[in-house]
Amino acid sequence: MTHNDLPLFYVFHFYFFGIVAVASAIAFVTRKSPVAAALWLVNTMFCLAAMYVLLDAEFIGAIQVLVYAGAIMVVFLFVIMLLNLGHASDLADARGMWWKLAAGLVGLALLAQVFAVTRARLPEALVLPEKALAQEFARTGAIAPLAGPLFNEYLLAFEVTSVLLLTAVVGAVVLGKRKERVRAQ
Amino acid sequence: MLSESLFFSAILFTIGVIGVLTRRNAIILFMCVELMLNAVNLTFVAFAQVYGVAGQVFVFFVMTVAAAEAAVGLAIIIALFRHRQTVNLSNINLLKG
Repeated sequence: MTHNDLPLFYVFHFYFFGIVAVASAIAFVTRKSPVAAALWLVNTMFCLAAMYVLLDAEFIGAIQVLVYAGAIMVVFLFVIMLLNLGHASDLADARGMWWKLAAGLVGLALLAQVFAVTRARLPEALVLPEKALAQEFARTGAIAPLAGPLFNEYLLAFEVTSVLLLTAVVGAVVLGKRKERVRAQ
Repeated sequence: MLSESLFFSAILFTIGVIGVLTRRNAIILFMCVELMLNAVNLTFVAFAQVYGVAGQVFVFFVMTVAAAEAAVGLAIIIALFRHRQTVNLSNINLLKG
């Protein structure tokens, strides 16, 4: 848990990517234009991928770039451009003063709660020895330690996920299809 | 780096919540939800470093659910736009008495 032995290079980059991720997230929430917002969110996701790599999750970092920044955000950008909402100056979509005040209060309450959770004592009995995960990744590669539990312990969840994806595909196609009745009118 | 990760994750999640509460563009609302999911993923990865690789497997499932949610949600937004010619949530108030 202590990181006094971590190199300064590591700690500097962790904070660097964390701060860039938070700054991009703030820029994302405050942009009026949906395209600019989406691109700032892509930046946040890249920084998070870098943080995953620093936290011994190289494969998760790679699929973060591929799936989140590469696939999901492209779908978002595609929909934004498909809808063609007009110029950013016409899209004043921020809510009024009271909503902003309420959002700020909810945000403060959430932050207080989450920091209270952060300070809670973690169950020490479950803690792995120092750097056990990094050593396992170094021994068997970046994917094998993930594939083991995925296809043994969590096999049912994995199979259910395939049903979920199929449902999502069918649902998206049905929702996106034009109604024939509308076209006939 | 557990406490630092939790710190950044908490801030990102809060920014996502504030975005959901203050914006009215349905697409940006969806992207704020994605930001919250990413913050949770950061927590999972940070705990995986301490408690074992199961957290990273969970990030896998969260990403799958996020992809499914994005596909269906954006299809709903497209259907809504076709119907009302807007994605501004203050104009979509059919259920408001």
